[in-house]
Amino acid sequence: MKKPKVLILRSPGTNCELETANAFKAVGGEPELVHISELGAGKKKLMDYAIFALPGGFSYGDDVGAGKVLANRVRHTLTDLRQFVRLGRPVIGICNGFQVLVKAGILPSSNACDQSASFTVNDSGKFEARWTHLRINTQSSCLFFKGLPEMIELPVAHGEGKLVLKSPRHLEDLKKTKSIALQYVSEDGKLLGYPHNPNGSLFNIAGLTNPEGNVLGLMPHPERFVSLHHHPNWTRQTYRKAPVGLEMFKNAVDYAR
Amino acid sequence: MSQLAETAADVMPILGKSAKELKALGAQRHLSLSDAEWAAIQAHFKAVKREPSLAELETIAQTWSEHCKHKTFTSPIKYHEGKKTRSIKNLFQETIVAATEAVKKPWCLSLFKDNAGVVAFGKKWALAMKVETHNHPSALEPYGGAATGVGGVVRDILGVGLGAKPVLNTDTFCFGRPDYKGGLPEGAHHPMRTMRGVVAGVRDYGNRMGIPTAGGGIWFDDDYRLNPLVFCGTVGVMPQWAVKKQVKPGDLIVAVGGRTGRDGLHGATFSSANLGADAPSSAVQIGHAIQEKRVLDALLAARDKQLYSSVTDCGAGGFSSAIGELGADCGAMVRLEQAPLKVSDLDSWEIWLSESQERMVLAVNPKSLKALEAVFAAEGCELAVLGEFTKTGRLQVMHHERSVVDLDMKFLHKGLPRVEREAVWTPAPAAKPAGGVPKKMGEAIREMVANLNVCSREWVIRQYDHEVQGGTIVKPLQGVRHDGPGDACVIWPHAATGDMNDFAAFAVGHGMNPEYGRIDPYWMALAAVDEALRNLTCVGADPSRAALLDNFCWASPDDPKQLGALIRAAEGCRDAAKGFSAPFISGKDSLFNQSKDEKGKDLQIPGTLLISALAPVPDGRKAVTMDFKGVGNALYLIGRTNDELGGSLYHKTLGRTGGEVPKVSPPPRSTASRRCTRPPRAASCSPRTTCPRAAWPSAPSRWALPASSAACWTSTKSRATRASTPTRPCSSPSPPRASSSRSTRSTSPRSSATSASPPSPRWSAASGRPRPTQS
Repeated sequence: MKKPKVLILRSPGTNCELETANAFKAVGGEPELVHISELGAGKKKLMDYAIFALPGGFSYGDDVGAGKVLANRVRHTLTDLRQFVRLGRPVIGICNGFQVLVKAGILPSSNACDQSASFTVNDSGKFEARWTHLRINTQSSCLFFKGLPEMIELPVAHGEGKLVLKSPRHLEDLKKTKSIALQYVSEDGKLLGYPHNPNGSLFNIAGLTNPEGNVLGLMPHPERFVSLHHHPNWTRQTYRKAPVGLEMFKNAVDYAR
Repeated sequence: MSQLAETAADVMPILGKSAKELKALGAQRHLSLSDAEWAAIQAHFKAVKREPSLAELETIAQTWSEHCKHKTFTSPIKYHEGKKTRSIKNLFQETIVAATEAVKKPWCLSLFKDNAGVVAFGKKWALAMKVETHNHPSALEPYGGAATGVGGVVRDILGVGLGAKPVLNTDTFCFGRPDYKGGLPEGAHHPMRTMRGVVAGVRDYGNRMGIPTAGGGIWFDDDYRLNPLVFCGTVGVMPQWAVKKQVKPGDLIVAVGGRTGRDGLHGATFSSANLGADAPSSAVQIGHAIQEKRVLDALLAARDKQLYSSVTDCGAGGFSSAIGELGADCGAMVRLEQAPLKVSDLDSWEIWLSESQERMVLAVNPKSLKALEAVFAAEGCELAVLGEFTKTGRLQVMHHERSVVDLDMKFLHKGLPRVEREAVWTPAPAAKPAGGVPKKMGEAIREMVANLNVCSREWVIRQYDHEVQGGTIVKPLQGVRHDGPGDACVIWPHAATGDMNDFAAFAVGHGMNPEYGRIDPYWMALAAVDEALRNLTCVGADPSRAALLDNFCWASPDDPKQLGALIRAAEGCRDAAKGFSAPFISGKDSLFNQSKDEKGKDLQIPGTLLISALAPVPDGRKAVTMDFKGVGNALYLIGRTNDELGGSLYHKTLGRTGGEVPKVSPPPRSTASRRCTRPPRAASCSPRTTCPRAAWPSAPSRWALPASSAACWTSTKSRATRASTPTRPCSSPSPPRASSSRSTRSTSPRSSATSASPPSPRWSAASGRPRPTQS
């Protein structure tokens, strides 16, 4: 079967690229790690790939603000990214990659490519790593979540993951366009505060998609749940849930075939 | 460039100076040289008929420092124990190395000579591990000191063989109590500030580097308030072909990574003396994690293209030690003006000695230079050719055509005079536990659970990204709500091997208990090794493949009593390694941790030995965790319970001192004991076997370490239940995965003990009669 080519973007400080590549490989993709400098020099071209993934990490040390420097480089180097999105090819930004997509104006979707959301320091004031319960917005058409249950679990690990929006109007827009793809919830599905919402994100937003559903940005790390043995409770005999992260990557690869 | 800065201080006249004058000179320049060392240097320069340059003196002082040469461990000692006196020629060779040679493991690929120890990991891969301390810098500047501690040990792993990919960080700390209310001398940080700074430093550096921090511990004791201990460990994965390195004359000396600045001067010598208010602030380096990440990415890419033949990191002593070590067997010619600098007004000796972070030195065949430059340029990482390795047997350094250093490699590396030291150990009189007021059991338990050395470390652990690289399959926090402690972490390094179908994993555990050392350091060492191995066994690792690392932190080897205690601990390590048949693969010591307190009295840290243990988990999917799995699970106690409450938390809670510390008896090397410690098969859901009520705290088992171990970030109830967490019991039935907990219970432990394990391995089941207890 055809193996869709996946561009996994690297930059100084990117650190989740290898496990992201392994995840794509496991579901039949053909991942390639590409440094932003190679794209800048024209040695590699985004349009040659079927899927674009921005993995987690601390791009450029998150100096100035999480993902900000890389976002500017993406704006000026990857000028064909908006066309890539328009063509309906899957794009996923994980953690730092989500921050980059937001700060580059790709998410939430807008025609002018202006930035309408941002991230700030977690309410707890520090970096935190923990597993979270999440609810998928079943009304959104995000291709990554096809066939997944409404309630899933994934780990987060970040210090600057609190999503904020420019104005209350923008939240209404997000709801209307069904762009809120993922929310932090308690185990029984309620929108509660810390630690269920690990960073204090507005409206418990954990992930955003575009109205077309081919771009997903999320703070949790799907590449850290691609094996049953990634779940913190796998040694407990009652635990038998399928690895959600793997399904997400599979959806993207299947879609691109 | 900086010719103006070169003054007459360039030459340091020492010939004809008295010992006193030399000592004053050494103190002024923070050289930490002894009288005998000064005499050797004087004699050498007298023989070559010239005065040394400042850079030469600094080079010698750095190379001969305790930090680099481990003089205490390798010099002769006259040791008095009771009425007996014996001579120790080389403590390190006679204990750590001797035991390792005695147990002879073919899977040890590189021991004691490189930047880290290396063991085989399957047929194709190898694991490298190193644990370093960064105590003095962390005392001066907690955030920067701890961050560069992480950076330094990560570079050790990048600089072992031809470089390994770091896949796990461990961090163990000893602090004063954060709520310490007593006085502090001028310039000392409050333990709370130290703790917050150190945790933040480790967090920011480790997380940015993308290395999971998934193991470690914290121990609180007010005697650490002026000398906090910061142990930073890293495990790396490398292909076995990359274990060997070799420098050839004619190879280029290539520096990569960060630029050289004035930060981190005299780090090695400063850590080889006791800390005081006059400590030079420039001794702490300034870290930049992303710079090191660039080095990591570029270096491993260059390694896989085989573009260099040897590598080492710039740690203590900077270029002087890195190039001095790489070129020790041949010679080196260096031109300092080629080094990229942070500031332009550095003196020659400053460039040569600076410990600026994120720098590595490579030996490169001139033919490969172009390709190497391309790899580093692609990652945005700077690279400079500093000179070449020669056949002269001399370390030669030029700066703008002026000779700055011209030293005989042999004198530099072998010329260190060995001075005999005195050591005394007085066995404590058979001490009955004394003092204290008995408490009601419930009250004592509540106090113990709330104790700083027992309570939860979740606040710290969650600040570390312990799952990056997607391989942490047994995590540091466990249980239904992921808030309980774990024995050890298990890492499935698929990001490094690139193969998600290969489930080979490894576990890292720790053992440490300074309280035992206050009574007898020998038994402290055995207990630490024992605990580390039990922690490994409890997650399903193969203890017959365990490799050990030792980290000694002592107050002062110049104090014969302290040195005597150190010898006791080292001999404990030797006996433990032999007894458990587990080799030491690497280690480090930091022996000057004593400061003047606010009243001007010497405050010594308790002798502290951290044992880290590394073992493969052949199939990560069969790992086990310590949390109770369900109602009705049977609990077993393995091991005999003796009256060994000395050094226990229970005694501490009552205010009692003295008593017997647990006396570990390592296993006889028989098949029985090996079988007993064989990792469990298909047992991921079997219940942990702990026995709180029977074993703790009124009658702790010999395996129980009630006061024990900062290790494994252990927390609260856990410590209570964990108190008796025994080795993976040979007697424990391994229920089929899907079986209910009921069925587990129905198996009689007694009968399964007899059926599953051959008779009575002494160290695990005492009389072969594990006691079942009702939960």
